[in-house]
Amino acid sequence: MEVNVKNMIKQKETNRFFLRFTEKAAPVFFLLCAAISVLTTIGIILTLLVETTAFFSRVSFWEFISGTEWWPFGENPTYGVLPLIAGTMLITAIAMMVALPIGLASAIFLSEFASEQTRKIVKPVLEVLAGIPTIVYGFFALTFVTPVLNTFIQDLPVFNALSPGIVVGVMVIPMVASLSEDALRSVPNSMREAALAMGSTRLEVAMKVVLPAALSGIIASFVLGISRAIGETMIVAVAAGSTPKLTWDVTESIQTMTGYIVQVSLGDASYGSTAYYSIYAVGMTLFIFTFMMNILSQYISRRFKEDY
Amino acid sequence: MNLVDKQTVQSSMTKRLVKNRLANSLFFLAAAFGIVVLAILLYRIYSEGMGYLDWNFLTSFASRFPEEAGIKAAIVGSLWLMAVTAPVSLLLGVGTAIYLEEYAKENKVTRFIRMNISNLAGVPSVVFGLLGLTVFVRLMEMGRSIMAGGLTMSLLILPIIVVSSQEAIRAIPKEQYEASFAMGATRWQTVLRVVLPAAIPGILTGGILALSRAIGETAPLLMIGALSFIAYLPENVWSGFTVLPIQIFNWTGRPQEEFHLVASSGIIVLLIVLLLMNSIAVLIRNKFSK
Repeated sequence: MEVNVKNMIKQKETNRFFLRFTEKAAPVFFLLCAAISVLTTIGIILTLLVETTAFFSRVSFWEFISGTEWWPFGENPTYGVLPLIAGTMLITAIAMMVALPIGLASAIFLSEFASEQTRKIVKPVLEVLAGIPTIVYGFFALTFVTPVLNTFIQDLPVFNALSPGIVVGVMVIPMVASLSEDALRSVPNSMREAALAMGSTRLEVAMKVVLPAALSGIIASFVLGISRAIGETMIVAVAAGSTPKLTWDVTESIQTMTGYIVQVSLGDASYGSTAYYSIYAVGMTLFIFTFMMNILSQYISRRFKEDY
Repeated sequence: MNLVDKQTVQSSMTKRLVKNRLANSLFFLAAAFGIVVLAILLYRIYSEGMGYLDWNFLTSFASRFPEEAGIKAAIVGSLWLMAVTAPVSLLLGVGTAIYLEEYAKENKVTRFIRMNISNLAGVPSVVFGLLGLTVFVRLMEMGRSIMAGGLTMSLLILPIIVVSSQEAIRAIPKEQYEASFAMGATRWQTVLRVVLPAAIPGILTGGILALSRAIGETAPLLMIGALSFIAYLPENVWSGFTVLPIQIFNWTGRPQEEFHLVASSGIIVLLIVLLLMNSIAVLIRNKFSK
């Protein structure tokens, strides 16, 4: 077989231009992809800023952050965000009372006590629990947890803070458990062995050696859990009600920031009305809260990280 | 003289061992709590939802009457949404991951992009809904369409895809790069012919898991105005639409007890879809991990 070298060289020549082009174009294309994620953040911040500014041209900033009544519909609308923040805090507090102890205890069990077989069962179950859509949790809160609570608490209204709070807690458990477990497992085995060799029980090893060593990671996971609970939407939209209230009574119907945004988007306010702009002001508040939590969590895990 | 009093050691030893036992069972209970909740949840939904779950339910539109209500429009809507979200989010996510792992120099810009992605992962989904409502629905005038919803969802799951793709790329052994470069391949040729083929199983696994998150997500789509009551199927990406979780939300919100049963049936369908997607992801992972 004859090989036509001249032709091959010629073909190579035309290919080379194409090759060189893709060689140069590829990184540009990938950089553009990466730029989209940055643009998303900029888009979020700009959207919130612009529309929140429109909101504050109609409602005074001071009224917004210090007002104790939130009633945007009807004749005399009032825009005091404190009841929504209080509702969010209430849900978050209940959720954390469920999620932090149970999540951390699960993590300690998985990392310090469980046998390999038990781990193989419990870990996937936690992953499944983490993968269940929040609307399903919301349905569960409304149709199961609330009626069950009703048998213990007389006259519990259909919509209350307690039931979605507990369910948000359940939703956060897998996250706290898996992040805390990562932190616990990153403590080197030699430390455990040293403590065991000194005659410690497993509990003492866990509590006095491993837990303190992994504390920064655990607290970071707690903070992330709080952030997640603050931003949780569907569970509270379904089961917490829509009456913004400045209360610490867990049996009352309340409304969270996320719950309000959903209520408005379901069609309770027309485009361009003050109520419409108010969801951006509330969204901004929500964004600031969760953003600070995320930054705090990153700071804790970086600043107090112990290297072994 | 005895330095160690056996009596004291004995009594404190028992106490410590009992404490250890007690703690062990307490921690076990905590871990079992999740299993119990999952079991109750699944049992409740199964026992309530099976009654309405039949062929009619899958093939009829939403209705005012619980017996006639169906989930056809929602299933088709969810599929349409995935048809937009899957290509967009995978292209952007994998592209970002390749940039960060293969091209980016370790400088301020790169660090900023990394930090930005991890922060984006922590932004609540309603806030993405606000972004989608303002930018896609209003500013770009896409209306309350599948396109607007799909793009919003793509941005929402982008961080998950980026992180899992990065891990997949990082798992490729250094030798494969060196072999490729030694044969005279350029960076781009290496990415296309060595990195991508090797990373595809990991990318797909992470991608499917991220998409299953998008299938179950409700809030952002409520924000951009996906409808909850439509009696037609979407014709193209500019049509109005509904999805499974929104249909479930709508039924959950109704006061009639029957609709809660219908909602349970809807949840069974949604969970089966999720189960299928996750099984595929696990299958891919197991097939290629050898």
